[in-house]
Amino acid sequence: MLKKITTLASVVLLSAVTACGSGGGGGGTGSSGDTITMGFAQVGAESGWRTANTKSIQDEAKAAGIDLKFSDAQQKQENQIKAIRSYIQQKVSVIAFSPVVETGWDTVLLEAKRANIPVILTDRSIDSDDTSLYKTFLGSDFVEEGRRAGDWLVSNASGPTSVVELQGTTGAAPAIDRKKGFEEKIAAKPDIKVVASQTGDFTRSGGKQVMEAMLKSQPKIDVVYAHNDDMGLGAIEAIKAAGKVPGKDIKIITVDAVKDGMQALANGEINFIVECNPLLGKQLMDLAKKVVKGEEVPARVVTEEGTFTQEQAKAALPQRQY
Amino acid sequence: MKNRLLWPLLALAALLLLNLAVTPSFFALRMQDGHLYGGLVDVLKNGAPTLLIALGMTLVIATRGIDLSVGAVAAIAGAVTCVHIGASGDAGTAFAGMALALVLCAVLGLWNGLLVAGLGIQPIIATLVLMTAGRGVAMLVTEGQIVTVNNTAYRQVGAGFVVLPISILISLLVLGLVAFATRRTALGVLIEAVGVNPEASRLAGVRSRTIIWTVYVFAAVCAGIAGLMISSNVSAADANNAGLWIEMDAILAVVIGGTSLAGGRYSLTGTLLGALIIQTLTTTVYTIGVAPEVTLVFKAVVVIAVCLVQAPKARAALSFRKVAVSS
Repeated sequence: MLKKITTLASVVLLSAVTACGSGGGGGGTGSSGDTITMGFAQVGAESGWRTANTKSIQDEAKAAGIDLKFSDAQQKQENQIKAIRSYIQQKVSVIAFSPVVETGWDTVLLEAKRANIPVILTDRSIDSDDTSLYKTFLGSDFVEEGRRAGDWLVSNASGPTSVVELQGTTGAAPAIDRKKGFEEKIAAKPDIKVVASQTGDFTRSGGKQVMEAMLKSQPKIDVVYAHNDDMGLGAIEAIKAAGKVPGKDIKIITVDAVKDGMQALANGEINFIVECNPLLGKQLMDLAKKVVKGEEVPARVVTEEGTFTQEQAKAALPQRQY
Repeated sequence: MKNRLLWPLLALAALLLLNLAVTPSFFALRMQDGHLYGGLVDVLKNGAPTLLIALGMTLVIATRGIDLSVGAVAAIAGAVTCVHIGASGDAGTAFAGMALALVLCAVLGLWNGLLVAGLGIQPIIATLVLMTAGRGVAMLVTEGQIVTVNNTAYRQVGAGFVVLPISILISLLVLGLVAFATRRTALGVLIEAVGVNPEASRLAGVRSRTIIWTVYVFAAVCAGIAGLMISSNVSAADANNAGLWIEMDAILAVVIGGTSLAGGRYSLTGTLLGALIIQTLTTTVYTIGVAPEVTLVFKAVVVIAVCLVQAPKARAALSFRKVAVSS
């Protein structure tokens, strides 16, 4: 009896685990003939930006005739490493992934290299001395995004300005770089000071909770700089609850430009958004084809992106896909 | 029993004092648009979901079980409600969505109960199934997107106020009901009996299975309501992050409150204190500005300290001292 139950439990558990592992994978059967098989290890679905990114990759893979094996790491590096290992075992033609954090990838990427499977990094980079571990890095320049946010503040701030910063996930490349680029630019104006900086984990509830606490602990807040729209949207809620007007009493700068963020920008609740384009699926598939053929590709490919003010958001909003 | 709650109470007081020392205005309360506004109110509001889930967890743990699926169930509740509400601003739609979500949560609780009480699977494994699969279900419901809603009635659950945050009022109401149902009737004793020895209590005529089944359904419904609070607080359903790791916070709250994971005797007041300590800890990190890189270490040190002073050996040593002094 007991044995039966144990078997049953393990079967249920196993099917649950595999069901999650292959979610949205399209059910391909390994590489056969000329079809390119791509193993993609996504970070998760932590924000609207990420889901737009996922959709772009899935749609463009279909359009390009690439067999995509997709996995969601739920923001955990160990899950991503497991996914990459399983792609190596399945002998896919190319592996692409957005690293959850910057460090700790050398071992698993070395395994891919030994198996002769080229690796493309998307959206986020890794911190490693060995650049032969991956073919190319396709994605936004996060430092530049931070600089653009800083530029806007420098040219729009007058007098002493207290800034609070809502950082992304601690250790993640966009959090580190957006902080760096921003600090670089505001250093030019000693009047602008970052008085508090905390992580809101790129989520709305994180942004709201951190902002609630900061509104109580900081005597004066003029500007919120949020590393993504979702945290900025959470901060808006907290500012409203404190009886202040977001966009006027406290100015808000965010990065990403997802639909909800753009809507808030058009409504005047956010003041400036630096775009971070998630629709890199097409560029990724083109690169994958070249890499599999053995053609040379540049080591760094930057996605195209801009910035939005409130007026520009009103104009751009109707055509926004994500 | 009183003595057992002393340490969690002291820990909570110490954390609050630390906040007061760093931010003198931490205890300041004022009325803002007809509701109380201040650091303590934030602790209550943000701690409400953890408290609610920890209440359900307390009863489950008292039966010698554990429920790891509560975070996933919370995510499902938020997802179902927000998808049902969609673009509607109508209060009726919001209530229908919430009712639908809670019924679904009760069904998920029945599933957990079936695995544990019906099939006799180890609780940690049985609920792990739903912990893993549940988030997938929530993702399926929201199609992987963050679903934003704009519904005034729904907002009230997590972000609304009747002087105090509505969310903490709901949690305290549930706490009161549970206290009444388990301490004023025989239910509490029966739950403890099942936790101490399920086989003996069954032979003594206690319907162990029904009781175990009931606590899992109750835990799932609590998780569902908590999920509504979390999602309503930001007017959005985030299948991936809503209630992430909240099962660990809830278990920790129960343990800090002095309930043993081995089952049997439990303390609801202890759980209340435990949940408040955990939320105060999080708020403290933000208020005093602990650097994000050391946040986890800071939390770990506090939790370890609280657990250490509660350890039987430590308490024995402390009470021995007291005796020695008094004699």
